[in-house]
Amino acid sequence: MSRKFLSGNEAFAEGIRLAKPDVISAYPITPQTIVVERLSEMVEDGSLKSDFIHVESEHSALSCAIGASAAGARAFTATSSQGLLYMAECLYYASGGRFPIVMMNADRSTALPWNIYGDQRDSLSQLDSGWIQVYAENAQEALDLALMSWRIAEDKRVSTPVMVNLDGFVLTHTYETVEIPEQAQADKFLPPYVTDNRIDFANPKNLAFSAGPDTNYIFKYKAHTGMLAAKEVVAETETAFAEIFGRQYSGLLDSYRTEDAEIILVTLGSIAGLCREVTDRLRAHGIKAGVVRIRYMRPFPNEEIAAALKNAKAFGVLEKDISFGNEGTVFTNVNSALQKAGIHIPGYNFIGGLGGRNISAGEIGEIFAAIQSGANSVNFLGIDDAEKTGGDGNGKSNS
Amino acid sequence: MANPTAEKLSRDEYFYGHKACAGCGGSLAVRAALKVLGQNAVSVLPAGCMSAVGFNFPQLCFSNNSIISTFAGTASMLTGIEAGLRAKGYSDFTAVGFAGDGGTADIGIQALSGAIARNDNIIYICDDNEAYMNTGIQKSGLTPFGARTTTTPAGSNIHGNLRPKKNMFEIAAAHGIPYAATASVGYITDFIKKVEKASKIQGTKYIHVIAPCPTGWGIQPDETVEIAKEVVDCGLWYLAEYENGEFTLNHKPKDFSSVEAYLKKQGRFKHLDLDDIKTIIASRDKKWAYIEKNFAYR
Amino acid sequence: MKPYLREQKAFSFDDVPENTSFEAGYLVTVNSGWRSIRPVIDTGRCVGCEQCYLYCPDGVISIQNGKAVIDYDFCKGCGICAKICKIGAIGMEAEHK
Repeated sequence: MSRKFLSGNEAFAEGIRLAKPDVISAYPITPQTIVVERLSEMVEDGSLKSDFIHVESEHSALSCAIGASAAGARAFTATSSQGLLYMAECLYYASGGRFPIVMMNADRSTALPWNIYGDQRDSLSQLDSGWIQVYAENAQEALDLALMSWRIAEDKRVSTPVMVNLDGFVLTHTYETVEIPEQAQADKFLPPYVTDNRIDFANPKNLAFSAGPDTNYIFKYKAHTGMLAAKEVVAETETAFAEIFGRQYSGLLDSYRTEDAEIILVTLGSIAGLCREVTDRLRAHGIKAGVVRIRYMRPFPNEEIAAALKNAKAFGVLEKDISFGNEGTVFTNVNSALQKAGIHIPGYNFIGGLGGRNISAGEIGEIFAAIQSGANSVNFLGIDDAEKTGGDGNGKSNS
Repeated sequence: MANPTAEKLSRDEYFYGHKACAGCGGSLAVRAALKVLGQNAVSVLPAGCMSAVGFNFPQLCFSNNSIISTFAGTASMLTGIEAGLRAKGYSDFTAVGFAGDGGTADIGIQALSGAIARNDNIIYICDDNEAYMNTGIQKSGLTPFGARTTTTPAGSNIHGNLRPKKNMFEIAAAHGIPYAATASVGYITDFIKKVEKASKIQGTKYIHVIAPCPTGWGIQPDETVEIAKEVVDCGLWYLAEYENGEFTLNHKPKDFSSVEAYLKKQGRFKHLDLDDIKTIIASRDKKWAYIEKNFAYR
Repeated sequence: MKPYLREQKAFSFDDVPENTSFEAGYLVTVNSGWRSIRPVIDTGRCVGCEQCYLYCPDGVISIQNGKAVIDYDFCKGCGICAKICKIGAIGMEAEHK
């Protein structure tokens, strides 16, 4: 094990080097570029024995990875924002074919207006694409997820691709000290990929075929149950990871001081750290606050969310996206989890960080205050015309 | 009586029991190419006629390893398959793509260009039936001037498609590709020879084969091969190769057969008037002047 | 070797694969119902030149004992073989239902 001062992108690249993919196909897009630059350097210096394919688009990047996976190879790609949307067709293709590809997505705003900074509208728009979606909080978790994601994706019970999301710039470009495992440890943790879902010269296959109405729904059902099986596999994978690397992760979500919390803020990604700091400050003033960081948006931690929020008096969801005409998608998902569990407490949605807008500790404090006192159902940070930021999301900027 | 071409081919059938229309030229091209390439061919077919008719679970009509790609992704999936199999230690295989005219010249041209630029070790075969036949005969970038399609209707104002075919053969060649060729299912021996030649060349190979669609062209199912021969004989298509930076013409009709006769046999050209036909003949003659000047003849 | 008709035609939940990969060349239906006319080989005339075999889009013609033989399960009756045969050894006849 060694320690290095690395950005999120660089840490992720280190994790990918340890996972030893056979094929890497990627197209550059800010803020993903550092990860593919580091990987190409590793291929150049011989420390990574992958075929690095310089594809002509993100659509080709994932199409190529699907081809490699269909050959039985371990395939990796990375993208962001417009690139993720450009390859969207292939997202569904990879998951429908049950090809366990791993992708890093640097979460970034989507045009228009153009903007290269971080929000999560890109990946959250693809929740229905059939990929496991996990959101890292820091560079160490990014590296560790680069390793764990393969083991989860390639597990026979799952056979589903994984998208690891890193907040653009805030995480991809921010440096911290990261522990880098030894290759021998990584090899022990992650066995080579073995599959029947591949080209086979001894027993030829027809792959990625059509299926009519008589069987199509069965394929979809099996993809669904494969994704659900990931819940158990994530837990097993994290246990195995802790045994080898000594770091224990918390499953589909990460709860902080929620046991006795009266107001809980649910969020995801790198903003969770600041939310925890604010929670500590509030706790010091006797306010029983807590934070839930969703790690896996798919499969969605319905039961875990219900368990974390069941004793709270109110909750909020802070997220970097908006489904225009409704509310934040994470909020919708959290509400559904509570509804299914029969938990009926007031919930408020806070849309922040769009296009890289900073979310301050002060704003998070205000969010907690709003959860405590009651707010609009949907609130846009930075837009304070309360009348116009209600359920219609029809806000007006005062800035 | 031995047939030297047949003797060279595998007796196995790799594309069989498919639901292509009777007399489908595309299915003939796929069948013939796979009989050249044999059991270790890995075929990639994008969304389109050939995948629609060959891969309906549980009716799976390829006996070799075969996969459907996205419409735009024939070449990029070939790239991934070739790299993936190589990474897994395989060397005795041929990654071959069969994409239609739209899948090649329109939606798939980006991925094809990328694969050629990387010189990936693949064979890409464009089976050109000159329109989006699978979706019901809409104009593609390879629909010829004058052809009626469902999106280039022939009326009194506009006589079908107004633009000529893209020159995919020379677009491929312009990349400096190791091998490119044109062919027609009407000259199956020539096509087979070219697939065979391509299979022995390292790097990217592009073969553009005219493969008539009886449904879309408005001909009888038994006329596919004849019309595919006639398009070459009348000079509206040509059999050529590009190799080592040079163009070679493989077949030079002594006298062109009648363009008008070729056109008038097909429902899609029935509406053309004399001026339209003159335009087509003039563009043929211009093309052949270019070929005479720039292509060697062997 | 070629794709061939299999016993199992229907697929229940458990039979449907987990992914979209399955045995190559698995056929469950024939194409004979497509024909309105069928090619008939005049074995007296057929010289086994294999032009029909080369040009058949469906690959249903094979040469056995020097003569063309048609797999009527998968022949669609397109008639290309009859046109290709320059010695007139293949005739197209109406299907009698």
